[in-house]
Amino acid sequence: MTDPHAAGPPLDPPPRPQRAVVRSPYSDGEWHRLHPLTPLLRGGLTLLVIIGVIVANLRERLVQWVFPVFTEIPPGELPPDPVDFLFANNLILVAGGATLIVLIVLLVLFRLSWRFHTLRISDDDVEVRSGVLFRTHRRAPLDRVQGVNLTRPMIARLLGLAKLEVVGAGLDANVKLEYLSGKDAEAIRGDILRLASGRRLAEGRTEPGARASLARQAAEAVGSGLQGIVDGEDFSDAEPESIVRIPIGRLVASRVLSGSSLVLVALVVGIVVAASLSTLWLLFTVVPMFLAFGAYYVRSIAQGLRYSIAPTADGVRVTFGLFTTVSEVVPPGRVHAIEVRQPLMWRPFGWWTVSVNRLSGRSSTDTSNDQLAAVLPIGTRADVERVLRILVPDLSSDEWTLVFRDGILGPVENDPYVTTPKSARWLRPLSWRRNGALLTSDALLLRRGWVWRSLSVVPLARLQSIGLHQGPLARATGTATLVAHVIAGTVQTSIGVLGRDDALGLFERTARAGVDAAAIDRTHRWAG
Amino acid sequence: MTTPQGTPPQDPSESEARNVDDADRTVLDDATYDRILEPRSSRRLPLGDGTWHQLARAYVRVQLISQGAVFVLVLAAAVIAQIITGVQWQWIPAGIILLITAVGLFITPRQARSFGYQLRRDDLVFRRGILWQRVVAVPYGRMQLVDITHGPLDRGFGIAQLKLVTAAASTGVTIPGLTQEAAEHLRDTLVAVAETRRTGL
Repeated sequence: MTDPHAAGPPLDPPPRPQRAVVRSPYSDGEWHRLHPLTPLLRGGLTLLVIIGVIVANLRERLVQWVFPVFTEIPPGELPPDPVDFLFANNLILVAGGATLIVLIVLLVLFRLSWRFHTLRISDDDVEVRSGVLFRTHRRAPLDRVQGVNLTRPMIARLLGLAKLEVVGAGLDANVKLEYLSGKDAEAIRGDILRLASGRRLAEGRTEPGARASLARQAAEAVGSGLQGIVDGEDFSDAEPESIVRIPIGRLVASRVLSGSSLVLVALVVGIVVAASLSTLWLLFTVVPMFLAFGAYYVRSIAQGLRYSIAPTADGVRVTFGLFTTVSEVVPPGRVHAIEVRQPLMWRPFGWWTVSVNRLSGRSSTDTSNDQLAAVLPIGTRADVERVLRILVPDLSSDEWTLVFRDGILGPVENDPYVTTPKSARWLRPLSWRRNGALLTSDALLLRRGWVWRSLSVVPLARLQSIGLHQGPLARATGTATLVAHVIAGTVQTSIGVLGRDDALGLFERTARAGVDAAAIDRTHRWAG
Repeated sequence: MTTPQGTPPQDPSESEARNVDDADRTVLDDATYDRILEPRSSRRLPLGDGTWHQLARAYVRVQLISQGAVFVLVLAAAVIAQIITGVQWQWIPAGIILLITAVGLFITPRQARSFGYQLRRDDLVFRRGILWQRVVAVPYGRMQLVDITHGPLDRGFGIAQLKLVTAAASTGVTIPGLTQEAAEHLRDTLVAVAETRRTGL
C-alpha cells in the first residue's frame, strides 16, 4: 500500500510565525506528516501498559535480583513463574530473540502508522488520512469550522509538542492533528482560521530550509519544550494581552465558596452528629472525604490558573490550565448562547461567571467536563462587561444598557422586560420582579432569579427555532413558557411564567426576527 | 448557499410559499382531520390565523391497532402465566403496562386531532398537545435534514412520520401521521424552500 500523494517529511524548521504574512509550511495544499515524536506519545501508553503487566508478574523475581538481601524467601518457595521455566529449559536465547522481534515489529508498526498519518490544509478544507490497513480519511470544510483548540497535555508539553483540534459542527466531527511541534501548531491554527475567515493566505512562502534529520527535529522540539516550561511562556504567537486577569486569591475563594463546599460542610456536620450519637468509627470516613474534596479543589483551581481571554482578528481566544494547557479560538458568530450567572455566595463580592453554548464537536460518549464552556470562570462586573463585548461585538450601546443595567443587575424603574403577571406571582414568589424576557434587534434576553441571578443572551442570528409551552397549571394562571432552541450546552434558554399574551407576542416577534437575522448573517466568512 | 447579498429573499420565496400552499390544499389535506382540537380554557395558546394542516385519519387507526395489540398480548401473556404456573406476581408489571396502554388507547384519538402544522412564508409552525400544549416555529433555513420513516403497519395504511432536524436537539418537531403522498410532498417542498434560504448554523 504505497501512498502516491504523501509528500516528504515536513519542511523544517519553521520560522517564528509573523502574523498574517508567512504561512506555515504545512498549509500549502500538499500532504504532510505529523511530528516524528507522535508515535512515542500515541503508542507510548500501550508500551507502558505492557511493561507494567510484565513488571507486575515478575515483581518478586525482580526484587530478588535487585535486592537479594531483602528477600528472605528461599528460592524453592517462589511461585512458579515463566522465568524459572525459561531457565529450566535453556530457552533464554529464544525468549530474548522473541522479545527483540516484538520490539522491532512494534517500532516498525509505529513508524508505518506515522508514515501513513498525513494531513493536508487546502484553501477549502482540512483533511487527515490515517491507518495502514484500514484507511480513514476525514475532511472538514473550512467554512464550517466552529473553532480551533490547541491542547498541550503535560507529557506532550515536556516534549515541546501540542495537539490541534479543528472543531466541526456535529457529534464527533472534530479533526485532530496530533502531534505537532508547538510553533507549527500555532502557525497552523492561524492559517486555518485565516482560511476559514475567507481571506487567502499570503502567497509568500517559507523557503524550504535544510532538511534536518528526525533526531535533530526531535531534539529541537524537546529543547524548546523544556525551555518553554522554564520560561513559563508557552504560546509563541504575539497576541493581544488578556483583557481579564483573575488573581489567584479570587480564584481560590470562588472555588471554596461554591456549592460543593456546602455539600462538604453538610457531610461533615452529618458525620459528626452521627458519630457523637452512636457509631464512633464513622469519624474515620472524614479523612478520605477531605482528601477527595481537596483533590477536587486543587484540580479545579489548577485548571483555572493561567486563564486568559483576548480578542483576536479571528475570534475570541480563551486559554486555561496550569499543567495541561488548553487554548481555544472561537471565531465570530460561533457563540450560540451566553449566560451570566451569580451564585448566591458570590454576591457579597460582586463576582459573576459567564458560560457559553458553542459547538464543541465532541462525541456524545465524551463525558469529560467541557471546561471551556465557562469562558469567564469568575470575574467582577467590569470583567463581565469586557468579556460580553468581545463575545457579541455587534450589539449597539442601547442594547448593552438593556443587558447590564436592566438585565444583569435589574430591574430598575420602567423595566423594559416582559415579566410575570400579577395573577401568577405566587409561582415565582421571590423572583417575579426579575423573571422576564426582552427581544432586542439582535438578541433575545432572558432574565431569571432573584436569589441566583442569571441572564441568558441568545443571539437571534444563531437561534435554531423558538417554542412556546403551556401546561395545565400555566393555563389556569394564564401564563406560558418561552423556549429558545439553540445547540446543546449548559446555558438555560427557557423562561417560564410569562403572561400568555406577552409570550405569544414575543414568540411571533422572535420567530420573525430570527428569520431576518439569519438572512443577513454573514459571520461564517467573517473577513468577507 | 446564502441568498445573494443585496437581493432580499422575498420575491422567489413568496411565490414559492404561495405555490406550496395551493398545491398543498389537495395533497396535504387529503383524508385528514379538518379541525384542530384545543383546550377549553380561554387562556389556551390560540390557533391564530393561517391554515393548519392536520394528521391523516388513518394515523389513529394505526395507533389503536398497535397499542391494542400490545394490550391484548400483555393481557394474554399474564393470563397464560397464571393458568400454567399459578403465580400471581406477574400482574404487577403487567398491570402497569396495561394501565399505560389503556390510557394511551383512550387519549390517542383526541391527541391526534391536536397536531397541526402551518407553512408560513419563512418558517414552519408546528403545534401539538391538549393538556400540554406546545407550539414551535422552525425557520426553513435552519433545517438540517428532513426524515421520513414508516413501519410495516404504517405502510399498510399508507401513512408516514416526518421529522425535522435542526442543529438544536430541543427543537423536536416530529409530525407522526401524514399520508405518504403528503409526507413526500412536504419533504420535497421543505427541502426546496430550505435550499433558497440556507443559512449558517
